[in-house]
Amino acid sequence: MPFEAFFQSIEDTAIGSFMRENVLAFPLVESIHVLALTLVLGTIGMVDLRILGVSARNHSVIKLSNEIVPITWVAFVVAVITGALMFVSKATDYMSNFFFLGKMILMVLAGINMAVFEFFTWKSAKDWEVDTVAPVAARIAAALSLILWISVVVFGRWIGFTIGGAF
Amino acid sequence: MLTSLGAFCEWLANTQFSQTLQNVSWIIPAVQSVHIVCIAIVMGSIFLIDLRLLGVAGHSQSVSSLTKRLLPWVWYALAVLLVTGSLLAIAEPVRSLMNPAFQAKMLMVLTAGFLTFYFQDVVRGDEAFWEMTPARRATAKLTAVVSLLLWVGIVFAGRWIAYMDVAFGGA
Repeated sequence: MPFEAFFQSIEDTAIGSFMRENVLAFPLVESIHVLALTLVLGTIGMVDLRILGVSARNHSVIKLSNEIVPITWVAFVVAVITGALMFVSKATDYMSNFFFLGKMILMVLAGINMAVFEFFTWKSAKDWEVDTVAPVAARIAAALSLILWISVVVFGRWIGFTIGGAF
Repeated sequence: MLTSLGAFCEWLANTQFSQTLQNVSWIIPAVQSVHIVCIAIVMGSIFLIDLRLLGVAGHSQSVSSLTKRLLPWVWYALAVLLVTGSLLAIAEPVRSLMNPAFQAKMLMVLTAGFLTFYFQDVVRGDEAFWEMTPARRATAKLTAVVSLLLWVGIVFAGRWIAYMDVAFGGA
């Protein structure tokens, strides 16, 4: 199995061993991961809820998004780095974990949803930025974004319970 | 007679309710998932308000309109967090109530809660209060820094509840 050998070799790297063997490293990295993911969900959720017309209904979508999405991206990068550090500690276990693989697929779907929104729906944002309720295409993207990111968090929490270790 | 916290924890862990929470395997991860989503609401909102106070982000809105918009979400989320957190504590009383990370977390939650309530109360009475004088602007910035540190500390302490015995031996 070339894949298994590949992930085993990732696990066997110095950083993999360190993350696995140092008792403080994993919880510390996981804490930063949790902090980052709460900021990803908390900030992207605000933009989604604004587009759905639930919150900040009188505020320009463009202004709101310009102020908030940079925070989302910084938090996302931190979550990816810390996530990768946790992954290398037990790469083979993660690769055979249903919730880990599910989480990765959900994130790909969230990325596709975001790309479609960015390249098509968002182009016309100037026409509806102050409307309380955005066009249907934007609302669908926002609803999908909320559902997908909440599912990512739920799947992530379930990894901890199915992969062994402290939860 | 319940003479100590330890005895109380043991009694609680043996109640029918706690036993159910412990024995149905999906309950704890499900409750923790709701807990994290609510923490996301709190963290997103608090960060935005604090970054606005520090002059880093959110310039298109005044402090008062930002707090009016976001703090109700924080209070509702905190109410849900109290419920889900209680369920988690009831499910594992010894691991939580007697855990230094848990105790530190509760202390920080109370402090952050009072700080947020006080700040909101002042803005309600006078919308521009925190922007009026240099001293008040400085106080608002200090409040934002303390608030950020407290909430980051709360998230860290929350996660470390699970690791206290692994990392330091004996919770």
